[in-house]
Amino acid sequence: MALQQLKFEFKVNNPIEFSHEWRHHGVVGSGDLEILMEKKDLGGAVQVQVVTPVVGFDKVWGMVLEKIVKENRLGNISIEINDNNATPIVVSMRLRQALAEAAKDVRKEV
Amino acid sequence: MDKETQRVWDSLNRDTQERMAKARTIVGTGKVISVDKTVALLEAIIKPGDKVNLEGNNQKQADFLADCLCKVDKNKVYDLHMIQSVLSLPSHLDVFEKGIAKKVDFSFSGPQAGRLAQLISDKKIELGAIHTYLELFGRYFIDLVPKVALIVAFQADKEGNLYTGFNTEDTPVIVEATKFKQGIVVAQVNEIVDKLPRIDIPADWVDFVVKSPSPFYIEPLFTRDPALITDSQVLRAMMAIKGIYAEYGVQRLNHGVGFDTAAIELLLPTYGEELGLKGKICSYFSLNPHPTMIPAIESGWVKSIHSFGGELGMEDYVRARPDVFFVGPDGSMRSNRAYSQMAGHYSLDMFIGGTLQIDKYGNSSTATASRVAGFGGAPNMGCDAKGRRHSTEAWLKCGQEYGMSHELVGNLPRGKRLVVQLQETFREKLAPGFVEELDAWKLAKNANLDIPPVMIYGDDLTHVVTEEGIAYLHKCSSLVERTAAIRAVAGYTEVGMLAKPEDTAALRKKGIVKTPEDLGIDISRANRSLLAAKNIRELVTWSKGLYNPPAKFRNW
Repeated sequence: MALQQLKFEFKVNNPIEFSHEWRHHGVVGSGDLEILMEKKDLGGAVQVQVVTPVVGFDKVWGMVLEKIVKENRLGNISIEINDNNATPIVVSMRLRQALAEAAKDVRKEV
Repeated sequence: MDKETQRVWDSLNRDTQERMAKARTIVGTGKVISVDKTVALLEAIIKPGDKVNLEGNNQKQADFLADCLCKVDKNKVYDLHMIQSVLSLPSHLDVFEKGIAKKVDFSFSGPQAGRLAQLISDKKIELGAIHTYLELFGRYFIDLVPKVALIVAFQADKEGNLYTGFNTEDTPVIVEATKFKQGIVVAQVNEIVDKLPRIDIPADWVDFVVKSPSPFYIEPLFTRDPALITDSQVLRAMMAIKGIYAEYGVQRLNHGVGFDTAAIELLLPTYGEELGLKGKICSYFSLNPHPTMIPAIESGWVKSIHSFGGELGMEDYVRARPDVFFVGPDGSMRSNRAYSQMAGHYSLDMFIGGTLQIDKYGNSSTATASRVAGFGGAPNMGCDAKGRRHSTEAWLKCGQEYGMSHELVGNLPRGKRLVVQLQETFREKLAPGFVEELDAWKLAKNANLDIPPVMIYGDDLTHVVTEEGIAYLHKCSSLVERTAAIRAVAGYTEVGMLAKPEDTAALRKKGIVKTPEDLGIDISRANRSLLAAKNIRELVTWSKGLYNPPAKFRNW
């Protein structure tokens, strides 16, 4: 099963600064996918790299990611996703969960 | 006047007596016959063109009699019209390939669905119709009356009384329809005993009994291993509980078979408890004895469950909980499918279950292009029972919200059954759960069916739950609005991609579409740790050792 690498870049107006230097969420082996998020100066942009065995869903990946970036007004963040056959909705749910947990941890720290 | 007096009024009975006389020359006078004479018996009692009911249930199967029917001489017995609920064994279709049977009327075909489609397409099977269970049972008493019924029971006594016990299923309705129109009833049993625990079928309705060489085939159809429930199923379960069960105060319901509803069952003692819903929802069920119900039952959620059939491994647990399940004077359950389907059709606030495909209008089907599977009993519950006249809180509320009500009945208050589909926008292998056109259309063409097989029609469907949100479809006042609501929750499928953001926003404002956020659900909590039992072994523990899972589910 050949893996393919997809790259995306998004930019939204007035992005909110990501609250952590670095986050990791999920597992790729026994689970469905893992997400690595890193704060990075990208001139406000969001860069996403996806490694997935699924072929033919590039457009869907783009739509899922764009929606999440817009909804959360993400910026200056590099996201790496290692996917093990997750469905689009699972991808979007995992990303939302990762962001929700990051936000919760911030509240705890405060 | 002379002609009138000459008319024979008992021709059915005379015909039966002729066949019985022929049978007696082969098997003698007793009711109990030997295995090696069974094929010859069938050749004596069945005539070409007969309507034959071969008991094929959702679970237990008259497998020995099915094999014997395949062995009859096709020069003596041919052109049979088979009437049976379920086509599940290879022998159920072999009988057509061998030229013994010609036509079939049925409800569900499960594992034989692909082969059935092929045989119909090759014109080796003439398809009468695909029915729901209750609909087929109804026709047993109108225009599909069996001449011969080949049935199955656990035990018989020497007089021919039968014990169908825990898995009674379809036996009573088949026997009554056959025997009261002077037909012939043959039963295969696992054992012949001196005294039965309970008499389910009286001896004078049974003509022949044979002890089959091995116990009848039965399958655990309703066991879902909690270990296989996914986080996205947990999310949909949270949404359903908060956005539908709690919202409408759903007290009387049926759960379809599947991991989505298993997740709901396992969330009642955790998430449901946390929302303070115990006693307010889920008190009465029309439901098979799902092992995943054990934690909710043990936590005191459930007042009553009436079952369509049994489930392997649940016998002792059910016996020990007679306040909840329906058990006879002997202590064991009798699962009479006709009664449970009737209860499910008329007495529920809600049906909730999964499906394979939903189209843009809300029609839903499990049919695929090359499988004639049927839907069993789901449509009897997944519809608004038009003959219903009693009211309950949930039924009334759903009716009050019904956007088309005024167009149909003016200002008269009328309730509506909640019919809910839980749908993952993409299933395994990334098959889309929402489509512009159902595969059922292709199937209708491939197998020459009159109509595309639909499990739940759009006008009955009230709610769709996906990870994107809940669409409260019954609130819509037009088909255009309903399609927009379906698109709003259809995710990244071809249906969902056509959603217009401004339409979705308007529907959210009207409360027709609610996202997890609108429902106040913390998505980060949607994971397996919320399940009251995370594997089969924990179900056994919850049952205090009374649940005895079949070997294939024991992995510890």
